[in-house]
Amino acid sequence: MEALELLTNLLASTLRLATPLLLTAMACLLSYQVGLINIAVEGLMLSGCFIAVVAGAQIGYAWGGVLLACIVGAAMGALFALFVTTLRADLIVTGLAMNFFVLGTTAYLLQILFGVYGSYTPGDLKSLPIWRIPVLSEIPFLGKAFFQHPPLIYVSWLAIPLTAILLYRTRAGLHIRAVGVNEEAARTAGISVTRIRYLALTLGGLLCGLGGAHLAVGELALFRENMTGGRGFIGLAAVYFAAGRPFLAALACLLFGFFEALQFRLQTTVSIPYQFFQMLPYLMVVIMMVLISVRENLRRGRGGI
Amino acid sequence: MTPFLELKRISKSYPGVLANDAVDLSVEAGEIHALVGENGAGKSTLMRILYGLEHADRGEILLEGSPVHIPNPNTAISLGIGMVHQHFQLIPPLTVAENVALGLEPTHHGFIERAALIERVDQLSRQFGLEVDPTQRVQDLSVGIRQRVEILKLLYREARLLILDEPSAVLTPQEVESLFEVIQRLAAEGRTTVFITHKLREVMAICQRATILRRGRVVDVLHVAETSPAEIARLMVGNDVEPIRRQGESQPAARELHLDSLSALDDRGLPALSDVSLSVFGGEIVGLAGVAGNGQQELLEVLIGLRKLVAGEIWLGETHCTELPGRQRRELGLAIIPEDRKLEGLSDALNIWENLVSTRYYRPPHSHHGYLHIGRIQNDAADLMNQFDVRASGPNIQLGTLSGGNAQKAVIARELASQPRALIAAQPTRGLDVGAARYVHEQLLALRAAGLAILLISADLDELLSLSDRFLTLFEGRIVGELSAAEASRTKLGLLMAGQDLEEAALAGREKEMAIPE
Repeated sequence: MEALELLTNLLASTLRLATPLLLTAMACLLSYQVGLINIAVEGLMLSGCFIAVVAGAQIGYAWGGVLLACIVGAAMGALFALFVTTLRADLIVTGLAMNFFVLGTTAYLLQILFGVYGSYTPGDLKSLPIWRIPVLSEIPFLGKAFFQHPPLIYVSWLAIPLTAILLYRTRAGLHIRAVGVNEEAARTAGISVTRIRYLALTLGGLLCGLGGAHLAVGELALFRENMTGGRGFIGLAAVYFAAGRPFLAALACLLFGFFEALQFRLQTTVSIPYQFFQMLPYLMVVIMMVLISVRENLRRGRGGI
Repeated sequence: MTPFLELKRISKSYPGVLANDAVDLSVEAGEIHALVGENGAGKSTLMRILYGLEHADRGEILLEGSPVHIPNPNTAISLGIGMVHQHFQLIPPLTVAENVALGLEPTHHGFIERAALIERVDQLSRQFGLEVDPTQRVQDLSVGIRQRVEILKLLYREARLLILDEPSAVLTPQEVESLFEVIQRLAAEGRTTVFITHKLREVMAICQRATILRRGRVVDVLHVAETSPAEIARLMVGNDVEPIRRQGESQPAARELHLDSLSALDDRGLPALSDVSLSVFGGEIVGLAGVAGNGQQELLEVLIGLRKLVAGEIWLGETHCTELPGRQRRELGLAIIPEDRKLEGLSDALNIWENLVSTRYYRPPHSHHGYLHIGRIQNDAADLMNQFDVRASGPNIQLGTLSGGNAQKAVIARELASQPRALIAAQPTRGLDVGAARYVHEQLLALRAAGLAILLISADLDELLSLSDRFLTLFEGRIVGELSAAEASRTKLGLLMAGQDLEEAALAGREKEMAIPE
């Protein structure tokens, strides 16, 4: 019975930890499909965290913070699109610069606005409420694992099929995929490549803002410097692992979420320094990416490594 | 009567090049009009302007008598102008229907109406006898079918003016035949076609008039019925061209290159080469015919050592070198002119001398113990440039600034500097103008006379027929049919390239039926 309890808790925390990964992964997926590597996701997400807490505290409701985080995320996504399409700035360097810009700016604003260093917890801001899904949440064990979570978790589950439908069933999605495979061909077919890229990056920014909001006000209601801690990059890795397929990317995120949940458990139960377990999810990323590359090389008949 | 399309004094310059110099073009409704000229004569630029992909510096475009402004392809499409590009503008992972409708899909609240789309494309494909399955993915289609998808794209957009940019370059002679049928059917329907080409046979076969460009200028407009291929050729090149011909029988000497039952996979893990065996002897040119994409690229990569063999052996002279890396194969006397000189032959960012020494820099006399003797290398490079007529102000010039012909000469200079015993030349004149191509052909014949073993991989039948002593054909990764110079003909090679069995074809009497106008 105790083992089952443990498993339930592990599952529940896997889902919670995977949520921001799922949302950024869907953002990365859109940019992957439109042919751009969006390494700015980390910064977009962090700005979502910051806005969710600050705006939430000002408005008095965490939901207000979530809404603004989405808007600011989308705006930042559009800004990134402006730099890399209209102004033709280098994708990687601009992405890196945006990440560091957000990292520095949020830390700086923390000091001048609230006079605090490192982290900020507004006293009067409550995190989003737990949503218990009627009936389903009453199921023993499963109910606790799947149906008693903060609301954005369910949103992240919805985001996966919605992204898939957008990409594979709508006109906009077809254009996104077309631009990603062959920009010139899309242009000669009369598609505005720039507009499609703005669309994909702006939507991606919105998803990143949402992911950041979940981190900040989904369960706790606080902002910490660099609280995204590389989650954006893990979302990116998940998309490459899945070669741009939405459901496979989601699966990869769940796997990373599981490893993160596992390392939290092990930290408290095993006497190995906890940093070792913190390293595990990232080690997984490296191993996975190497495995993919080896598989690819084998397929191409170029030898294993 | 007002012409359907009129271009008046169109000029366009790029830094250092005047691509179009006051070009006039007039095309009647329902006409198939040839736009001919050598590579770099400005044909593609002119058509890209008409399609809105480039903008003219000066000049005007009239459609059915009224001036139009075409800032982008969207405007061109809405005016009824469609273009099939030389490099297909398709999205391989998408289906035929999705590619055809791209940008103009039938939708309901943003969702694509798949059934209606497939129905429409299927109907169009049947109406024009194109026989394309709209639900197939483009990546699974042959080149000939892909081109039909491109044509479907234009029909779907209800194009009245079709621009075809060197549409036959990637097709087998038989595929060219069926393309011509399609074009003629469209013309009979009243659609107007501008046909860009530098193959005179095609101009004579289906066009009514030809506008000839040379160095960005119109040199003449001819009625095809009143002219001859020789006259068009003379106008294109600017002087009389005598076709080059191999002289005398080859004097085969020792076997220099021997491939024994090679098998290899392509990038997708599918068989690209199956049981390929061939030998090349000193003093002969063996022509390996084949439409691009039938294993040529993989064969080249296997020979250089970039791709692993699944089975088979490679021999250079008496040395078994299947397991040897590329550098050692080169030291044993292998030289390669790769298919894509920009991608695999040269580095644009480096200087000419660096490119010229890139296969030999690591050993004396060019370097000692890892230290490069730059002065010595540059002197040698200057000598090579003289010897092979690479025109630039010196070896210290960045390679990327050279023209296609000069860059190809640089590749040849480097490859021959190591005094090889076997040379593999893959599409050695692709993208070169007549003068540069002729130079390359003369070089190959000179090397043959000097006793080199040469494997010429090409899709250009004229090139193959005028140079080769023997012919092999590569089809779907296999060697099909060997022909001697006496047996070989355009028709036979064409059939082999299309994967037909010669005997069967002869029995069925198809050889005549499929004959290409010579």
